[in-house]
Amino acid sequence: MTATATRAPVITTTPGATLPRLLADGPDLRAHVARHGPLPPTSSGLLMSLEQAGLKGRGGAAFCTARKVTSVATAGGETVVVANGSEGEPLSAKDKVLLTKAPHLVLDGLALAADLVGADRRILCIERGNPVVEGAVRRALSERGESGAELFTTPRRYLSGQENALVDLINGGRGKPALDRPFVRGVDGRPTLVDNVETLAHLALIARYGPRWYREVGTAEDPGTTLVTVAGSVSRPGVFEVAHGWHLEELLAHAGSCKPRAVLLGGYYGRWAGAGKLSELRLDSASLRREGLSLGCGVIAVLDDATCAVAEMARVATWFAANSAGQCGACTWGLRDLAHTTSALGADGPDSQSPGRLMRWANMIDGRGACRLPDGAVAFLRTALEVFADEVQEHLEGGCSRARRHLLPTPAPEPWV
Amino acid sequence: MSSHLTVDPIVCDGHGICAELLPEHITLDDWGFPIINPAAIPGHRLADARRAVKHCPVLALRLRQATSPPDGVAK
Ligand SMILES: Cc1cc2nc3c(=O)[nH]c(=O)nc-3n(C[C@H](O)[C@H](O)[C@H](O)COP(=O)(O)O)c2cc1C
Ligand code: SF4
Ligand code: SF4
Repeated sequence: MTATATRAPVITTTPGATLPRLLADGPDLRAHVARHGPLPPTSSGLLMSLEQAGLKGRGGAAFCTARKVTSVATAGGETVVVANGSEGEPLSAKDKVLLTKAPHLVLDGLALAADLVGADRRILCIERGNPVVEGAVRRALSERGESGAELFTTPRRYLSGQENALVDLINGGRGKPALDRPFVRGVDGRPTLVDNVETLAHLALIARYGPRWYREVGTAEDPGTTLVTVAGSVSRPGVFEVAHGWHLEELLAHAGSCKPRAVLLGGYYGRWAGAGKLSELRLDSASLRREGLSLGCGVIAVLDDATCAVAEMARVATWFAANSAGQCGACTWGLRDLAHTTSALGADGPDSQSPGRLMRWANMIDGRGACRLPDGAVAFLRTALEVFADEVQEHLEGGCSRARRHLLPTPAPEPWV
Repeated sequence: MSSHLTVDPIVCDGHGICAELLPEHITLDDWGFPIINPAAIPGHRLADARRAVKHCPVLALRLRQATSPPDGVAK
């Protein structure tokens, strides 16, 4: 976990609505029940509430949760629900903080989702090797005294959280994505609902307080709150719970941001936005979409003026290549070449053809993997080449005097066994 | 209904035979892997498309019936 601090500014868009919603919980069962009351039984109206609340997935793709639930529920036969807390984005800490502070909300949501799709297996997945998170989750499971939810720990790799890879791991595989979609054929070959742990925690709130309450904060298209991880050149990095629609700059001020040169929205899977755009941006999809951006998994990383962006790009491009499962040609070889060429751009005597070549390869690779990992690398590099075009030119002309700082962490993936 | 080619990128190992047999619909990227044009295969080329599917040594290439075009990657 890179950022463990948790600050949840109390911000409201409707008078009387209080935040935080998720992070004020537990962590123990008694505190959880004292605050939220016992888990309500799953009513026939829950799916309708979910739809009215307009909940969208918080694992990155922001897909409508009610629609996913419906497609698994109507797939027929026995089903499975997986709570995805693997959180392999190196800068993201929101799921770890949520599982540590409010594990019972996640487990409530998992139980409710299992009822909604008629699942007889519920599996909570976390990355292995994090004793704080694992301890909190094990404590919560034993407090509930239920044998219903299984805990599954995943290898420390970015791809472990990709739903097809995660299903493969649970099925005893090495964690390389298969082409089958989990909602058709997932765990044990059965229709499987894979939801991010934060999504499930929101579901637990909606089941208790209803869609109208849920919509008291946020925007029409993005109701409710969301967890974000602010990182990079900020003095108070951490996880924040914010209402959708909040100004990005206000959040950055809370986190003690320097004067940013650029901001990366959505983590390494995300896109760069230059300083000139930031004052326009609010934390909701309508505002971000206008600039070709999205909140993704909620990572917001600030890059300052003194840090060499090309060096950061080169390390992240190399990290992407190291995280490819090596199954698809365009991903395996394309990401390798993107990494080499981006690294060469940051080294002595760069080739003036490199930026053009990188863009051409990015266009060539986009959308051609069995999973979307390469698309993340492509979006990161394309927007970086655009936003840092001046610095790239400085490198080509023989001199960027900015410091090479290792601002963005690039942990090595656990080897495939 | 129209017919579209898709490739399973996990199975495909870049032999490139398909691109030789159907150059109007399949080109190779810089690493020798096929880029599939997602547009519908016109009727007079369907036999050639079927031949490409049959000649793929690892059966990675498929011809699909679709109402809306897939993106060329089998999913
Ligand atoms: C390379 C890659 C890594 C991913 N890692 C995670 C992850 O760590 N946690 C997560 O919840 N979703 C991750 N996802 C998204 C999942 O595949 C899936 O869409 C998500 O868990 C669905 O949950 P949601 O609908 O609640 O967002 C990843 C996707 C990709 C392409
Ligand atoms: S796109 Fe890359 S990471 Fe995804 S399955 Fe193919 S090789 Fe693996
Ligand atoms: S013939 Fe088959 S294996 Fe060869 S490139 Fe085409 S799809 Fe791939």
